[in-house]
Amino acid sequence: MTDATTDQIPGKLAPSGKNRRARAGINTRAIVMGLYLIFLLLPIYWLLNMSLKTNTEILNSFTLWPRNLTLENYATILTDPAWYSGYINSLIYVVMNTVISLAVALPAAYAFSRYTFLGDKHLFFWLLTNRMAPPAVFALPFFQLYSSVGLFDTHIAVALAHCLFNVPLAVWILEGFMRGVPKEIDETAYIDGYSFPRFFVKIFMPLIASGIGVAAFFCFMFSWVELLLSRTLTTVDAKPIAAIMTRTQGAAGIDWGVLAAAGVLTIVPGALVIYFVRNYIAKGFALGRV
Amino acid sequence: MDKTPNQKAWFLVLPVLILVAFSAVIPLMTVVNYSVQDTFGNNEFFWAGLEWFRELLEDDRMWDALGRQMIFSSIILAIEVPLGILVALNMPKKGVWVSVCLVLMSLPLLIPWNVVGTIWQIFGRVDIGLLGHTLAALGIDYNYTQDPFAAWVTVIVMDVWHWTSLVALLAYAGLQSIPDAYYQAAKIDQASRWKVFRYIELPKMAGVLMIAVLLRFMDSFMIYTEPFVVTGGGPGSTTTFLSIDLVKMALGQFDLGPAAAFSLMYFLVILLISWVFYTVMVNLDKRGT
Repeated sequence: MTDATTDQIPGKLAPSGKNRRARAGINTRAIVMGLYLIFLLLPIYWLLNMSLKTNTEILNSFTLWPRNLTLENYATILTDPAWYSGYINSLIYVVMNTVISLAVALPAAYAFSRYTFLGDKHLFFWLLTNRMAPPAVFALPFFQLYSSVGLFDTHIAVALAHCLFNVPLAVWILEGFMRGVPKEIDETAYIDGYSFPRFFVKIFMPLIASGIGVAAFFCFMFSWVELLLSRTLTTVDAKPIAAIMTRTQGAAGIDWGVLAAAGVLTIVPGALVIYFVRNYIAKGFALGRV
Repeated sequence: MDKTPNQKAWFLVLPVLILVAFSAVIPLMTVVNYSVQDTFGNNEFFWAGLEWFRELLEDDRMWDALGRQMIFSSIILAIEVPLGILVALNMPKKGVWVSVCLVLMSLPLLIPWNVVGTIWQIFGRVDIGLLGHTLAALGIDYNYTQDPFAAWVTVIVMDVWHWTSLVALLAYAGLQSIPDAYYQAAKIDQASRWKVFRYIELPKMAGVLMIAVLLRFMDSFMIYTEPFVVTGGGPGSTTTFLSIDLVKMALGQFDLGPAAAFSLMYFLVILLISWVFYTVMVNLDKRGT
């Protein structure tokens, strides 16, 4: 009740002049946001625009929207195995990586959020340093390591390599979500006779379902956007789409239309799921610390 | 939350430990190994001691790359942090526009890094890109493959385009956590807009902003793909940042020893910064709860 009254007081007391200023404030708000969004969307629009043009139109005339709308560039990608296998390869190792990262991160995050043990703080920090490790440092040793164990140019090699930064990320995000679950729930469940695995799967995981979703999204995303390691570790069989894209230079110059279409298609997966995590995306980027 | 001491928790952490040991410790050991040896091919290695490190410290190449890296990171921080805060302050208050803005803002963050490079490579080209073409039509001499200044501007604007939303999203999350009562109190005191920002919003955002600054610093410090696609480190080596230089050395020229020494120094710098990051964050956590 009191909340409702305090909410209303400023509105009632505010003189009409302030209201006018508030409306002007909304307008500057809209202008700033509008400009920023235009800045963000213009390059993406240009990519989309180019992907719908023929190469002759791209190179010979400068048009703000496609005059001869064509889907041929997309058709090229979706019918040529050399192109679409890149998407399949990327999806395979990204999904593998997400599953592995979550599977190992869930119990670890639980341990960090509930218990103290010898060296826990150091371990937690050491995990973080791997998130901060430059992939360029690891490119060469990974190349040699995976070559020597016969995993070079396989999906699992890339999936394992991406664990380098995704496992720490998943542990940190999940730990952030798990801290929000009261410990009494664990204790009650143990008193009720639940074993640890059963409690974890049946009771605890549903409670942090949104956290698992967010962690999965971020593992998926960071594995999807990474190029340096995935390119270094593959040649033919597991080559990601990102690496195939760098090879559009043919004898007749760069095939801009196809390159643009391939770029647009790599944006799609992220754009599809972003709506579901929009309220958690800050938390994910901040490693669960918001 | 009070945590219970329990040494058996180690078993829960074990899988992570094994996995990360495989994907981080073994490769790092390889690097350490190479950094103190010399090779003439044929898998024959000779002890080189600290030779590579000494050579590296005397070599201008690394210092130049480090200098460029520092300048780049400082510039993008100086642009992205204020701009991100500005955007966060101007986010719509409620309604469907909040979701629209959040989704559109997040879009650049989810684009594969080489595609980000490709987008800007196309966008900036004088013959076919909107930006390049417009600038040329306005009579501005702009060519990022020839002119170092244009290359730098392109790389910086690209990074601002790519990552400002991250700062904005974090700052927005910080602003959301401020209770309405604070604003009402400020209104009663007739505080100016600047004072509301300075004494209410900024302190409340301090925690997330710290995360944003350090994340941006880290990630810009290891930036590789985007400038590599756009400029390839050129013209000359004017946009060759640390990672680009390192990959050139390690995978391009296969100079194992110097590259390994370079890697270790690079990693040590990152470790040092991570430690600062962690300490600051833990202290903020303590203050928060």
